Amino acid sequence: MKEFICIVCPRGCKIRVNEQGEMEGYGCKRGITYVQNEMTNPKRMLTSTVKIKSKIVNRLPIITSSEINKDDIFRVMEEINKVKVEAPIYIHDVIIKNVLGLGVDIIATRTIRE
Amino acid sequence: MKTNYDLVVIGGGSAGLAAAISAYDHGIKDILLLEAEAHLGGILLQCIHNGFGLHEFKEQLTGPEYAERFANQLIERKIEYKTDTLVLEIKEDKTVIYSNKEDGLVEVKAQAIILATGCLERTRGAINTPGDRPSGVITAGLAQKYLNIDGYLVGKRVFILGSGDIGLIMARRMTLEGAKVLGVAEIMPYSNGLNRNIVQCLHDFNIPLYLSHTVTNIIGKDKLEKVVIAKVDENFNPIKGTEKEFQVDTLLLSVGLIPLNGLLDKVNVPTHPRTRGALVSQNLETMKEGIFSCGNVLHVHDLVDFVTKEGRKAGYGAATYLKGKMHKKGRRIITRNKSGVSYVVPYYIDVENILDNLVELNFRVTKPFEKTRLIVKLDDKEIKNIFKLHMLPSEMESVLIEKEILMNSNAKEITLEIKEG
Ligand SMILES: Cc1cc2nc3c(=O)[nH]c(=O)nc-3n(C[C@H](O)[C@H](O)[C@H](O)COP(=O)(O)OP(=O)(O)OC[C@H]3O[C@@H](n4cnc5c(N)ncnc54)[C@H](O)[C@@H]3O)c2cc1C
Ligand code: SF4
Repeated sequence: MKEFICIVCPRGCKIRVNEQGEMEGYGCKRGITYVQNEMTNPKRMLTSTVKIKSKIVNRLPIITSSEINKDDIFRVMEEINKVKVEAPIYIHDVIIKNVLGLGVDIIATRTIRE
Repeated sequence: MKTNYDLVVIGGGSAGLAAAISAYDHGIKDILLLEAEAHLGGILLQCIHNGFGLHEFKEQLTGPEYAERFANQLIERKIEYKTDTLVLEIKEDKTVIYSNKEDGLVEVKAQAIILATGCLERTRGAINTPGDRPSGVITAGLAQKYLNIDGYLVGKRVFILGSGDIGLIMARRMTLEGAKVLGVAEIMPYSNGLNRNIVQCLHDFNIPLYLSHTVTNIIGKDKLEKVVIAKVDENFNPIKGTEKEFQVDTLLLSVGLIPLNGLLDKVNVPTHPRTRGALVSQNLETMKEGIFSCGNVLHVHDLVDFVTKEGRKAGYGAATYLKGKMHKKGRRIITRNKSGVSYVVPYYIDVENILDNLVELNFRVTKPFEKTRLIVKLDDKEIKNIFKLHMLPSEMESVLIEKEILMNSNAKEITLEIKEG
């Protein structure tokens, strides 16, 4: 038996799945799709920061250009933590291209001019 | 140096930015916005995770992206602003005193003021945690600023008290940066955070959430060594024998926010006992004519989209006032919260000055509700009876009331309550 909280709408149904894959507790069909995805291929956006040489801040916030597999989160964090950039950086500049060959870029989410 | 302005906006976070932009778009060009920090954007600059802007832009932005969009809109309009500028005082005659390095101590005279100074986090003193007073006990928002702006991780083994969104977000954030988060304790039987954050910040990293638990002891001479938590009964008293110990170097507090309202002290505007924000009309005007309030300084918001909306409303209200289009105050309808509703903003409806066809009342519920009805009454007369599938205390609710109904009624009060079943 596995339990999931559906996050598709604010109701937050607790959906249980038994060994046969049968579900109960969902308030609507969207919950079923959500749990199926979570069981087979959970994906997440990852946000973090990289070091930046700037007069005003020490960190530049970044995000993945699209969702990555949940299991890759810590490997991608390692890559992110190797990087150091220098101002100026503009919002949506690519900081790491195709990180770990996953087909996803790491992108700046803030403009830091100096 | 210019010392007279139509409008002075205090605070350059989401609320202040939206307010200044909206006042400008409603025809007020002589505006000065003052911000204490080095950048426009406010608290959002440290909220690097995504999920902002779903209502406003129909896309998921990170905090800094959301802030930058609005800062750009301010700059495009060439609205005058000063950063690194702290407002020290507002006087009854709408003089604003600020100070910064370049100008020194300056008095400017405003015709109208919008207060948008945000909120403070509640600290240990506010919740009376027992035990020693070692270092290592810090509010979650401050830890967020240290980590995301300054690049400094406050601890390696962490426990979190309070399951509001900031605490949950920090549980994930510190885990990603290599800290071990041992758990989150919440005194209520439900979390105050979004389900999405429970799933993606706690479950994803196997961080336990202890509902109906609180911290009962904090141990450590100079540095924090241990926290003890225990289960609580219905009256929130710890139950003996349920204690658990955690060896940690950091306790993050995510136990609520309070409006940063100090600037209103000298202008004598009454505040709301529950929200601690100023008492305002539907135009967000305080009890002092020409002084408006919006965003977290008015009542604490969990979604920036609603802060932006509120900021705009304050800008529109101030612009209407400045153009001399506000009528003399007449009848007021006071808003009241009854069973199931913990507060309503605005505090009253200024009936002579309803600017739109609908008046929006924001409120929060006292506990989670499923399949209930929201009843709105003008004095004893029911005017709305709305089915609600689910409502949570952590999510602000709103209801719209038609101007016509309000204009045609002689009621003194408008009441919101929740009926179960
Ligand atoms: C720690 C924290 C995390 C949050 N995380 C999220 C989140 O993840 N998602 C979400 O949707 N919402 C989040 N929120 C909710 C947040 O309240 C809103 O999203 C919104 O950003 C608040 O905007 P504001 O303009 O009211 O306040 P703020 O953004 O706090 O802006 C107030 C501004 O006023 C300035 N100021 C204060 N006093 C003075 C003075 N005397 N003189 C000059 N300037 C002054 C401050 O420097 C600040 O820039 C969070 C709130 C906090 C406190
Ligand atoms: S299952 Fe349907 S009703 Fe329940 S939370 Fe998911 S989307 Fe909402």
